Amino acid sequence: MRADRGGLGGLGELVAGVPPLLASHLALVLVALAIAVALGLPLAVALARRPHLAGPVLTVAGAIQTVPGLALLALMVPIIAATHGLGLGLSSFGFAPAAIALTLYALLPILRNAITGLAGVDAATIEAARGMGMAPGQVLRLVELPLAAPVIAAGIRTASVWTVGAATLATPIGQPCLGNYIFAGLQTRNWTMLLVGVVAAAALALALDAILAATEHAVSRRPRGNVAIPGAVFAILAVVILGVLPRWSAPAAGPAAATHAAADAAGHPLVTQVRIGAKTFTEQYILAELLRARLEQRGVAVEVVESLGSSVVFEALRHGDLDAYVDYSGTLWTTQLARDRGAPSWQILAEVEGYLGREHVRSLGPLGFQNAYALAVRRETSIRLGLRGLGDLTSHGGTLALGADYEFLSRREWTAVRTAYGLGFRRTVSFDPALLYEAVARGEVDVISAFSSDGRIAAYDLVVLDDPAAALPSYDAMILLGPRVAEDARVVCALAPLRGALPVALVRRANYQVDHDHVAPRAAAAWLLAQAAITETCDAPAPARP
Amino acid sequence: MIELADVSKRYDRAGAAWAVQHATFTVAAGELVALLGESGSGKTTVMKMINRLIDPDEGTVKVAGRDVRTEDPVALRRTIGYVIQQAGLLPHISVGDNIAMVPRLLGWARGDIDRRVDELLALVGLAPAVYRARFPDQLSGGQRQRVGVARALAARSKVLLLDEPFGALDPITRVALQAELRRIHRELALTTIIVTHDMVEALTLADRVVVMCAGEVRQIATPRALLAAPADDYVARLVDVVRAQSAELHALAAAERADAR
Repeated sequence: MRADRGGLGGLGELVAGVPPLLASHLALVLVALAIAVALGLPLAVALARRPHLAGPVLTVAGAIQTVPGLALLALMVPIIAATHGLGLGLSSFGFAPAAIALTLYALLPILRNAITGLAGVDAATIEAARGMGMAPGQVLRLVELPLAAPVIAAGIRTASVWTVGAATLATPIGQPCLGNYIFAGLQTRNWTMLLVGVVAAAALALALDAILAATEHAVSRRPRGNVAIPGAVFAILAVVILGVLPRWSAPAAGPAAATHAAADAAGHPLVTQVRIGAKTFTEQYILAELLRARLEQRGVAVEVVESLGSSVVFEALRHGDLDAYVDYSGTLWTTQLARDRGAPSWQILAEVEGYLGREHVRSLGPLGFQNAYALAVRRETSIRLGLRGLGDLTSHGGTLALGADYEFLSRREWTAVRTAYGLGFRRTVSFDPALLYEAVARGEVDVISAFSSDGRIAAYDLVVLDDPAAALPSYDAMILLGPRVAEDARVVCALAPLRGALPVALVRRANYQVDHDHVAPRAAAAWLLAQAAITETCDAPAPARP
Repeated sequence: MIELADVSKRYDRAGAAWAVQHATFTVAAGELVALLGESGSGKTTVMKMINRLIDPDEGTVKVAGRDVRTEDPVALRRTIGYVIQQAGLLPHISVGDNIAMVPRLLGWARGDIDRRVDELLALVGLAPAVYRARFPDQLSGGQRQRVGVARALAARSKVLLLDEPFGALDPITRVALQAELRRIHRELALTTIIVTHDMVEALTLADRVVVMCAGEVRQIATPRALLAAPADDYVARLVDVVRAQSAELHALAAAERADAR
């Protein structure tokens, strides 16, 4: 499914982009609900007969429920990656981890209501049923389940509404859903897009609830209460969903199958569709569109999977769930190589590229700009306190408030810079990166963790503080290729010429166009491509010769 | 037909409290026996050991000459009609479906089941066309109890167990249903046990009464023998209460007649 964000401008185009997102959102929710019901009802029946076990199990389910949805979804990625050795064939990216996390999420209301409903069936009625000669299974099927059905159904409805909401958080782990509009809308400050996503999700939740309520009503009106009917309805629904599922999840579930479609002259199989990843900020959306444009010029089909979590995207590339994205040397230096202090730019690049080679990830070299972590202040603050470098914050930090994105305060860069300059602030606040620059410009905080390529540094007239001790690592942007396309001449020919072609001034302006002028990332990418000095290294547009 | 030999049961394995101790009695084919006692006397436990809702710790229970412990409990229960207080009707299915349940479980043909349902509704005095499709919550307490009896007899059981069937009914309905029960019992030559705490009900309804107290059988006798010769103090006190009430009623009636003159 294409996450097509080409036309951000019009509401009409936004709405036109909803159906595919809605479809994959719904598929995700229904699969998670179906599995949760299939697991939860038998478990509830077993637990209703063993009340001493019901308490502990409900406590565990309740504890899972208290894990924030975003964290639960993100947690599934390493957990599923850890099962790769077991040969389950589950992708740790996209549909599978999202569906499993949402299943766990949906389990509590289903379990709790089913146990409550079964426990609430009149003991005398059950005894009468046994006394007339029903076997235990018949008592369950003909008496207990029908009588508990309204309470059980209410639990399923609660779970469905929760799951629709939580499924919007599947975007960062690579599952397209209505969350794509919410994440991208928030990052690019496109409030219309954000609202369309939110309204669509709310409408889906209400519609699903209404359908379930109507089903429940129709079933309960039947003169002969029998769980065979709702059971059959659900089974049919599950079969239909699982039948059409592969169409939606094909890129995640079967990359290998798609690979055999064609092969180049050298005998390398050709990937029919290249999957490009983007993390959750404006520059990444633009760069993903830029890679898309270069590949499409050469006739390569592209799918962009956007708003991915920072740790998810590298894992996905390494496992072949993604084929290309732009990462930053300093990010890999700190997260993958676990280095806790800065180093000269060339050293970081060299060590990171060595690491990538060992992981069978191909680097096409630096693009020519850095998007480094930096601390920035208002010009007025800089002048008033005489702040030029991070060292000047040592004495003034106690009077200032620091605003940082969610990650920064727990990253090694922060530890390094704090130790190197002995920093301490009056208070620290976490913000969504989209809101950071405005927060400092309005004076809500005095210092922010900024990104050196962000167009808003210039737009809000902020001053980036020098880092004479080189405590912060450098963040050279670089294109990474996954194992499926690392040797694919079409891909390499399309993307390798971008090496060194993107100076930071151009990238800042492109970022600013999206963040401030609400230009679509695709249009900003086109502008950036037109401005960049690109020297083609292979014959375009034909594939490479033998 | 039903034989209990030295049957004992205790719920609390550790404790010494026996719910039923050394219960021994028989019910002949076609006989109507009342199990009389207060709540906690063990009378309901005795009844449930006959259709294996409860298994005894000691002793044997035989129905139609066969030890019930050798029978499959589910199959056994389908041959023994069972009626409890408030009838125990399944609230989510219709009267007709309630009565048809056991024949369906036994795999009867559909036409046979439909005919049987109507036949039984007629037997217990409910017009089939009116009541077949009703739900239990649309019936009065007495009607529910009639349906309960119909359901218990659906699979042509020859044994009928009733646990306080009329306890929650108003006096007029209760007396009417007691008469109905006696009629049906005779008509179908059933072997019937009725559990009750109501001395008058036991004396007026049963062929023989088994009096229980604190888990023990105190006396087994016909109503007349019971009145004539209570076996112990407990039974004697029960008899005294009934006699005293009866005397008061006679006195009241005599006074009313005197006033009328």
